[in-house]
Amino acid sequence: MPLDRRAADAVVWLLLLTMPFWLNWIGGYTALGTRVVVLALAAMSLNFLLGFTGVLSFGHAAYFGLGVYGLGLTIKYLVPSSLAGMALGVIAGTLAAMILGMLIVRLRGIYFAMVTIAFGQVFYFIAYRWNDVTGGDDGLSGWRRLPVDLGFARIDILNSDSALYYWSLFWFAVAVAIMAALLHSPFGRTLLAIRENERRARFLGIPIDRHIWLSWVISCGFVSLSGTLYALLNNFADPHDLRWDQSGDFVIMAVLGGMRNFWGPLIGAAIYVVLQDYISSQTENWMSFIGLLFVLVVMFFPRGLLGMLRRRAAP
Amino acid sequence: MTQLILFNVFNGLIIGAFYALMALGLSLILNLSGVINFAHGGFLGIGAYLAFTLMPFVGFWGALILAPLATALLGIVVERVLINRLYGRDPLYSLLLTFGLAYILEDGTRYVWGPSTLPFSVPTWMLSPLSNEFFFLTGYRLFMVMLVIVVVAALFLLLGYTRLGMRIRAGTLDLETVSVLGVNVRILRNLNFGLGIFLAGLAGVLAAGMLGLQPTMGSTLIMPSFVAIIIGGLGSLPGTLLGGLLIGAASGITVVFWPSASEAVIYVLMGLVLLVRPRGLLGEEGRF
Repeated sequence: MPLDRRAADAVVWLLLLTMPFWLNWIGGYTALGTRVVVLALAAMSLNFLLGFTGVLSFGHAAYFGLGVYGLGLTIKYLVPSSLAGMALGVIAGTLAAMILGMLIVRLRGIYFAMVTIAFGQVFYFIAYRWNDVTGGDDGLSGWRRLPVDLGFARIDILNSDSALYYWSLFWFAVAVAIMAALLHSPFGRTLLAIRENERRARFLGIPIDRHIWLSWVISCGFVSLSGTLYALLNNFADPHDLRWDQSGDFVIMAVLGGMRNFWGPLIGAAIYVVLQDYISSQTENWMSFIGLLFVLVVMFFPRGLLGMLRRRAAP
Repeated sequence: MTQLILFNVFNGLIIGAFYALMALGLSLILNLSGVINFAHGGFLGIGAYLAFTLMPFVGFWGALILAPLATALLGIVVERVLINRLYGRDPLYSLLLTFGLAYILEDGTRYVWGPSTLPFSVPTWMLSPLSNEFFFLTGYRLFMVMLVIVVVAALFLLLGYTRLGMRIRAGTLDLETVSVLGVNVRILRNLNFGLGIFLAGLAGVLAAGMLGLQPTMGSTLIMPSFVAIIIGGLGSLPGTLLGGLLIGAASGITVVFWPSASEAVIYVLMGLVLLVRPRGLLGEEGRF
């Protein structure tokens, strides 16, 4: 691993670990930092598929939302435990991804994108219409996150914002470490090969569909993990978390930061979340500005921020 | 009971015809330019609201013609300025750009016309039922069906028998050769985009008469059009038409037995089609 990349890793982790201490000082608040970390996890998970396998999914909100609702429903109806909620949320998201993945794994490119978007809507309509259980359009409320009891220690994520931040950061770190390790393994190298030239990879005897399916399931599994954290943060499940516009937000985060770069989606998520927070506090028409951001990124920064920096640095 | 089912199937078919109208526009653009136009719903909204604004001056019939034309004009400008830079690039970028455009169009509509639902008045004689036995057959519904039939027939005639239509069909199969043969592909794609947006605008006016005007009308109607295209098969316009009618009828029948599943059922139908026939009902093998 080159030295500058190791230095970049160190800087990223240092900034993340100390965020609650300097965020207030520059005008943010801890919950905003948690939002960044949680949505960055979603964007990085999406990028595992998008940037490193080269498969265009526009339907990740469905699995994100399954995490959100999985956690909310568990705490409200089954077990009053944040950890159990997280487990069930991730299981729900991963299972759904496994099943739907088998249907769509043979599709490619634009067709794959369309089908993933459309399928995501099933879960949206279930959440939207099943009023008695999910609360319908109003969302699932009447529950809140609970302190995590590990037996030997108790983490009070309910009352302490920074405890919740570090709880989220812990899971972010676990997920990111697994994804990084996977990408450096032979499996990850194979995914890159598929991204670069699928036909050649196929001629080398690589079972393409199985690899794409696995990458899809891993990606969706981590997205649902971030969904459960998002539900903990908000104490609320919103049907909008499942809708296709949310998927678009994840994609723009990945592209904005730079999808060929491991940390790109983190940067993209940070910019996006802070910008959205600021713009929506300034004007009612924040949607136009976000839309404009989409257009500008596509027209002028298609490689994202990190992609552009790297290009400039290269001779 | 029979009457109830009949009513809902008919209702579903009307909605389906309407989805088909929208999906045909999406399909035209997708086939020739390889762009999934997320902003199609936004254009639909613009068409509907323009009709609302124009109606006091030109009446219902004038608005029905002028509003889609104005929307198409906007579409042509947008294609010239933004969309044409996406051709040949990774589909990711066309998705993102039109996605942003959809946000801007929806929010723009809200900014100009306000967030609350506005009524859209169709001529009163259209609202009365045509017969007592079939109480659901209002003039407006019948009119909608007739109009969709006429427009779809005109579209297929245009594509089948005019020079522009032939060029569009040829370009769908092999754009490079068409270009080499001396057709200006830039203009061809531009006109084709305008034609697709015209259909969206027309669908918008019809939707306004049925559902009223809301800034979010486009974003709720676009997903079923996607499903119509997927079920019918990418690349096939008759397939898109069939897909639209099918999902309409399916959701109409579901309303009778299980109303709250009426939206989700079309996605289940899509899953079944993909399971049995991944290229869609009338799609060509290996095209996408």
